[in-house]
Order: sequence, then structure tokens, then C-alpha cells
Amino acid sequence: MMVLGLAPVLAAVVRRDLTLALRRRSDVLTTLFFFVIVVSLFPLGVGVQSAVLRSIAPGVVWVAALLASMLALVRLFASDFDDGTLEQGALSPQPLVLLVAAKVFAHWLVSGLPLVLVAPLLGMQFDLPVDALGVMTLALLLGTPCLSLIGAIGAALTLGVRGAGGLLAVLVLPLYIPVLIFGAGAVSATVSGMSASGQLSLLGAFLLIALVLGPWASAAALRIALE
Amino acid sequence: MRLNLWKYASPQSFYPVAGKLSPWFLGLAAVLAAIGLYIGFFVAPTDFQQGESYRIIFLHVPAAWMSMFIYLVMAFWCAIGLALNTRLSFMMALALAPTGAMFTFIALWSGALWGKPTWGTWWVWDARLTSELILLFLYIGFLSLHAAIDDVRRADRAAALLALVGAVNVPIIYFSVQWWSTLHQGASVSLTRAPSMAATMLVGMLIMSLAAWMYAIAISLLRLRNIVLERESDADWVRELGKAAA
Repeated sequence: MMVLGLAPVLAAVVRRDLTLALRRRSDVLTTLFFFVIVVSLFPLGVGVQSAVLRSIAPGVVWVAALLASMLALVRLFASDFDDGTLEQGALSPQPLVLLVAAKVFAHWLVSGLPLVLVAPLLGMQFDLPVDALGVMTLALLLGTPCLSLIGAIGAALTLGVRGAGGLLAVLVLPLYIPVLIFGAGAVSATVSGMSASGQLSLLGAFLLIALVLGPWASAAALRIALE
Repeated sequence: MRLNLWKYASPQSFYPVAGKLSPWFLGLAAVLAAIGLYIGFFVAPTDFQQGESYRIIFLHVPAAWMSMFIYLVMAFWCAIGLALNTRLSFMMALALAPTGAMFTFIALWSGALWGKPTWGTWWVWDARLTSELILLFLYIGFLSLHAAIDDVRRADRAAALLALVGAVNVPIIYFSVQWWSTLHQGASVSLTRAPSMAATMLVGMLIMSLAAWMYAIAISLLRLRNIVLERESDADWVRELGKAAA
């Protein structure tokens, strides 16, 4: 029996998940529009003075990104769990960690990357200067994969559980706090004329830690759910 | 003769031990609390800056210490449970969690009561307060995940994994929040430079901490007994226990 190497398996899982996501485009768009709508609500609630908007923009964009990423997480493993694909994946000769990593990457491509791309536009609505827009995009580029990796643990733990959506928020949002602090901090620092390199380096460090430990913890959680 | 401690890893043999131990710890907690409160209210001098309101530290500081310590102990039992697959470890973790959450809540609440007369505000977004609040969220996450899963075995293991993920995250969260609050600190409330404390205050605080510790052990053991009975209700030894009591 031929056992596929690691890279082809990764590519196959990513391609499969992307194909599935493209067949259900409304799911992807819902996450994106949720993000846009939440961000747009704040000026209506807080007022439209550009000084206020500039100072709240980093936090608003990041909190909305956290919520949008969490909203998408419920779907990460659910359908594969329901139809048994996940169980087959766990039985396959390839390590489950790899499967999880591929799925999280595909999930980030359809739910995290669109937020990164649309964020500069929203930043302009909040009157952010151009350099802050660049930093915000970079920070989201480093931070949203962290959110997907950490969130995958919560998604795996709540598989097939009553009221999984609300529970997922309670489990995952506290763990998102460091990413929120430094993600929003990077943009705020740029707005107030300081260098954001410290915050961006820390976000990069979080990404590396999440990359090493996240899929492993998610795989362990999936095994518990599949028992 | 060697004492075989592994024997007590079984719920059946630990159940009577927990029953014998818990009154002792409860008694110890009561005695220590009586001494600690006496020192706190009658021996310790009035603080010349904060007046009488500082006396809440005799409750506040022990609660805050215990809230963090219990999370570590809980994570320890979760790790043991996941590694060795011992049922009692998971039950121990589950028995500790509500007490930990309660101490976290007391620490936050008493801190607010102290903050109002001292700082003039119920709440400050200070690093310590914020990380204590996040700790409360972690406890709530653990308990709600456990409550949401019907299969006890799965609930145990899933909640244990969550506790471990939380334990890895606690230092990261703590330092993030600390850095964030030094950047944001607008109103100047310096908690870091505690004024030198009178020796009697320190002694009172330490005795109260011991009391809180003994209380946590006693209550967790009692709760553990309930969990054991609940889960082993089909076992013969529990039925015989019921018959003997009837």
C-alpha cells in the first residue's frame, strides 16, 4: 500500500476544504459581512468626531475580527464530524496533527484572509492615517492565523456539544486576549506616532507558539471527541 | 511494610479517607480563621493612610492567592488524569474548580469594596485586576464545558485539556495584560509599591491564607465525595453504603 507523503496530504486537504468552501460561498461571505457590519455599528453608537474614531478604530476592528473569527469556527470541524470524514482522517496513516493543521490553514484562507484584505477599507472609514492602515493589515495578517489556531482547540472541544456556539465563545475569547492586546496595540502605537515593531514581533511570536502547540492540542481534543 | 499510595487512586478506597480527613481540615480552617480574624480586627493597627478600610486585605489577599493556586492544582490533576487515565484525578479537578471560581469572585468583589474608599473607584483596568477577571473567565469556561458534555468520560478529558491550554496561556495573558496596562495607565494608581506592612498585619494575612487553604481542601474533599457517589452510584460498594445507612 502506498502511503502519501506529508506535503501531498496537506495540499489535498487544503484543496478539498477550499473546494467545499467555494461551493458554500454564502458561509464565507456571512463571516465577512458580519465583520463589516459590526465595525460599521460603532460610529453610529459612539459618534462621528474623527478624533474619537481614530482612537477607537484599532480596538473596534480587532474586537470585530475576534468575533467574526469565532463565528466561523463553529463550522471548522462540524460537517466533517457529522459525516464521519474526521473519524476516517483519524484512522488514516497520516498524523492527525497534520490533518488539523491543513484544515486550520484552509479555514484561515476563507475566514481570516478576507478580513485582513477588507480591514484597510474599514480603517479609512475611521480616518486612520496611511501608515496605521499598513500596520493594521500586517498585524491582522499575523494575528488572524493565531485566532484560527487557538480557536480550533475550542472548536474541537465543543464538537457535537449542546449549545456549542455560545460555549465556544466562553472558552475561546479569554484565550484571544493577548492577540487582541498586541494587535490593537500595534495600530494604536502607530496612530500616536510610535514604532509598532515590538507589538508586531510579539504577534509573530504568538503565531509561532500557536503554530507549534495549537494543532497538537486540537488533535488531542478531536481524539477525545471521537472516542 | 510499605504503604501503597496507589491504592488511594481508586474512588472506592479514597471515599472513606476523604470523609475522615475533611472534618479535620474544616476544623483547622475554623480555628485558623478565628485567630486570623481576631488579629485582623483587634490586634493589627489602623493604617494611617487607609484607615480601617484596609482590613479587607485579610480576606482579599488570601482569596486572590488561593484563586491562582487552585487553578494550578486543578491543572496538575488534569495533567495527571490525562497522562495516567485515573478517574479520581479528574474528579479532584472538578471538585476544585467551583472553590477556585468562588475565591476568584471573592477577590474581585472584595477588591472593588476596598477600591471605592481607597482609590475612589470600584474598578480600575489594572493588570492584576484584569488578569484576575480573566482567571474567572477561565474557571467559568472549564465548568461550562464540563457541564455541557453529557458523557462524563468525555467531559472530564475535554475539560482537562482546556484547563491545560489555559495553564499554558495564563503566563502569556498575565504578561500581556501587564504590558498593556503600563501603556494605558492614565490615572495613576500604583499598586506595585506596597507600603511596608506592619508585622501583625502580615501575620494575620498569612494565618488567614492558611485558613483559606484548609477550607479549600476540606470543601473540595466533601465535594469529591459527592462526585464519587454520583458517578459510582451503580457500583456495589455504593449500594451497600446505602443499605448500611438505611
